Amino acid sequence: MQEYLIIIVSAVLINNIVLSQFLGICPFLGVSKKLSSSLGMGGAVSFVLVLSGAITWVVRHYILVPFDIGYMQTVAFILIIASLVQFVEMVMRKFTPPLYKALGIYLPLITTNCAVLGVAIINVQKDFSFGKAMTHSLAHSAGFTLALVLMSGIRERMEDADIPESMQGTPIALVIAALMSISFLGFSGLI
Amino acid sequence: MLIAVISLAVMGGLFGIILGIAGKKFAVEVDPRVEELLNFMPGANCGACGMAGCGAFAEAIVAGEVNPRLCAPGGASLYEKIAAIMGTDVSSYEERKVAQLLCQGGFEQSKMLYEYKGVHDCHLALANFKGPKACNYGCVRMGNCSRVCPFGAIQMGSDGLPVINFYLCTGCNKCVVECPQQILQLVGVSRQVHVRCLNTDKGKDARPICTTACIKCKLCEKNCPEDAVHVVPFGNGTVALVDYEKCTNCGICAAKCPTKAIQKNAAISEEVLREIGIPKDEEPGCQSCGVCKPL
Repeated sequence: MQEYLIIIVSAVLINNIVLSQFLGICPFLGVSKKLSSSLGMGGAVSFVLVLSGAITWVVRHYILVPFDIGYMQTVAFILIIASLVQFVEMVMRKFTPPLYKALGIYLPLITTNCAVLGVAIINVQKDFSFGKAMTHSLAHSAGFTLALVLMSGIRERMEDADIPESMQGTPIALVIAALMSISFLGFSGLI
Repeated sequence: MLIAVISLAVMGGLFGIILGIAGKKFAVEVDPRVEELLNFMPGANCGACGMAGCGAFAEAIVAGEVNPRLCAPGGASLYEKIAAIMGTDVSSYEERKVAQLLCQGGFEQSKMLYEYKGVHDCHLALANFKGPKACNYGCVRMGNCSRVCPFGAIQMGSDGLPVINFYLCTGCNKCVVECPQQILQLVGVSRQVHVRCLNTDKGKDARPICTTACIKCKLCEKNCPEDAVHVVPFGNGTVALVDYEKCTNCGICAAKCPTKAIQKNAAISEEVLREIGIPKDEEPGCQSCGVCKPL
């Protein structure tokens, strides 16, 4: 039980996928202008991340390892993730058209979101059991959503702030991301 | 080597089949007419129609939910194209509505009770003895409608009353909701004759406080050849009202009205409206949606 707890705390806070491992920066900067769309993006990425975590684990343990073709891991994982994103896109377009429009290009870009592939590979590297791999994926997706929501909250406030012209837009967003990253460093003493 | 190729091919094929089935199951049907309509839309996404953008407007037209004339930047040329695509007749579309001010009580016409020096807001001015004007039914002249108009169609005139630019007005209803006196009304753009007074008091009470009030003399009612204007019960009194279904814009009532409470406006020509509509191939440029005006 304690192992699971450590996995969760370390994935959400200490090794936060965005702020400590610098994976999935693209939607972190791209879809963090509004709280509602950042929540939607967090949800979509979480869905893909958890599902791909499960499928990649199964594929690795029942196809790649028995046939001794571990070197095909990256190709196989990308295939799985790309198919999953396609699937999520279809479902979203059917059932939540406003969210589909709000996410725009960032939805298909989940395919190349390194957070998704990164988590799948970390699962392999740490040689997790299925339960641990799922916990790990879930915790990382929660961490991703947390970072996105925090960022969008700050950026919504920044709309009212008086920012020097040369710092407006991306520069100030990157500065904030850096400050958030530094503050998340403070969690490293937690365990 | 062979195993790697086969296992990947099998996986790819499997995912392909699943996606194919899902694609059929979750297919979103897009009416080809929506795409076609979008080609002719101004593409300004100005929101004059009350929709999120031109795309949403095109979808709503195909679904038959909205009046195509709501697209102000499109102009008459767009309505004809929409009619051609949808297989309907332009004349069957309900005409565009614009806001009309039903009060003419400017600085010269109406008597004042006191000088108001408070916050420039119609609601607040009204809270003090029903407003600074002696007439309790007319325009408070604090310009809330002008501030609430998203298209800059309402400007405050020199006589203190709002002046509505019918070419910019999209009939969005915001000023009608905002006006505390409810003297703004949405009327079809082709209607020219309006009773511009909603004072329901008796003539002997209304006349002394405003030179252009409706005094319920019923001259309009007697002279109307179409039986379109009547002095009818309204609020807690009576006032002359035009029945827009019957009115033919002849203007006889306006000529007979002793206080000129009834007015006949100049016609708003479809020609000018057509000119306002800018065809899409001229972009980028002004789409005349009017959104920039208040900025």
